[in-house]
Amino acid sequence: MPTVSFTSALQRFLPAPSAEVKGATVGAALAEVFASRPALRGYVLDDQGALRRHVAVYVNGQAVHDRVRLTDPVGPRDEIYVFQALSGG
Amino acid sequence: MENRLHVGTRKGLFELARSNGVWEITDVRFLGDPVSAVLADAEGSVWAALDLGHFGAKLWRRDRAGTWREMAVPTFPPKPEDAGDDPHPWSLGKIWVLEPGGAPGRLWAGTMPGGLFRSDDGGASWSLNEALWHMPERRQWAGVAGGEQPGINSVLIDPRDPSDIRIGVSTAGVWASTDAGGSWRLINRGMYAEYMPPKQRDNPIVQDVHRLARCAAYPEIVWCQHHNGVFRSEDAGATWREVTAIRPSKFGFAVAAHPTDPDTAWFIPAIKDERRIPVDGKVVVARTRDGGRSFDVLTRGLPQHHAYDLVWRHGLGVDESGERLAFGSTSGGLWMSEDGGDSWTMPEARLPPVAAVRFAPM
Repeated sequence: MPTVSFTSALQRFLPAPSAEVKGATVGAALAEVFASRPALRGYVLDDQGALRRHVAVYVNGQAVHDRVRLTDPVGPRDEIYVFQALSGG
Repeated sequence: MENRLHVGTRKGLFELARSNGVWEITDVRFLGDPVSAVLADAEGSVWAALDLGHFGAKLWRRDRAGTWREMAVPTFPPKPEDAGDDPHPWSLGKIWVLEPGGAPGRLWAGTMPGGLFRSDDGGASWSLNEALWHMPERRQWAGVAGGEQPGINSVLIDPRDPSDIRIGVSTAGVWASTDAGGSWRLINRGMYAEYMPPKQRDNPIVQDVHRLARCAAYPEIVWCQHHNGVFRSEDAGATWREVTAIRPSKFGFAVAAHPTDPDTAWFIPAIKDERRIPVDGKVVVARTRDGGRSFDVLTRGLPQHHAYDLVWRHGLGVDESGERLAFGSTSGGLWMSEDGGDSWTMPEARLPPVAAVRFAPM
């Protein structure tokens, strides 16, 4: 099953442990995590369900292509990593 | 109960309390995180809106027992297919202002990108004011300072009738509802926009209302710090007269209205828009006590040499007495007055840049 891991920067605000999920796309995988941790959703996605502008998601070390509908496929051994794009000061 | 002031900054929320005549920081929360709006009620609750750079806008509430909890944030509904040409995002940018709604549990939130939201349960849930959001004119609202998102910076509730509401928008003038938000009208006449093409100069919807403040005892009296000057309305925001006596300059962001005296208001003038610094490097407060016919330029206790503090829209506050004021600056200055602005003192602190100050009502 794919795994979803979150940046430690998120742990400052709320618990965001790694999880094994079943989803076949980035969106489905994240949705499964958010189903059990609904407060986490708004930290990663905007009101329309797209990735926040300053949040990055990589699958096996590659940035996802579809940041709006999150349709990038994921396989059973894939690692999804959610972290912050650099910004601010 | 002690006098309390809440200060939202670029790097956290600071609470100050006054004891033995001295203001001191008594609590610090969200250290390192930008606070975009703050509200306190008479029962001891405090709301703080965060504007996290990566992870979006958040809202926290401290209950009467002193426990902080994360609340729901306002969210926009799914964007319909036929709204594809809407120039503004259907997603919360940040909460810019929080106001009590005049009924138990009711709050209003003014946001970027221009959504007005209401909560009836103290911020546990929010609903978008659809009547305002779906007005075709909203697509003409312009972004703040060249940015892409317009913002509702002021929400004025008539203390006599909480269904009577005025909002100020950067940049879209003054809007009114007299049916609790069921319908809205663009109402401002008399403002002018020097920066616009000549034929657009007097168009109500292009007016950059930096901040509105209303006299609580005489709610028809409303003051406006506008991009191009100071204005006063005596009919709850419908018609405006420019207050040309303002000194030392007419540009600024903040305004505070005396709660009971309709002729008294405070402003913090600056050099206009390209520079945004105090005139001659002196931090001053301009106070009128005669409805804007004349102003005192108040300097006692304020830095008068090489001071470059700018005060944002929500950075100036007055308490219910009209005697106690506070303002905080982009350089982290925080000044307090106990005598209506005649003299100012600075608490012992070097704060991050200040976005908002708010007295807790007694």
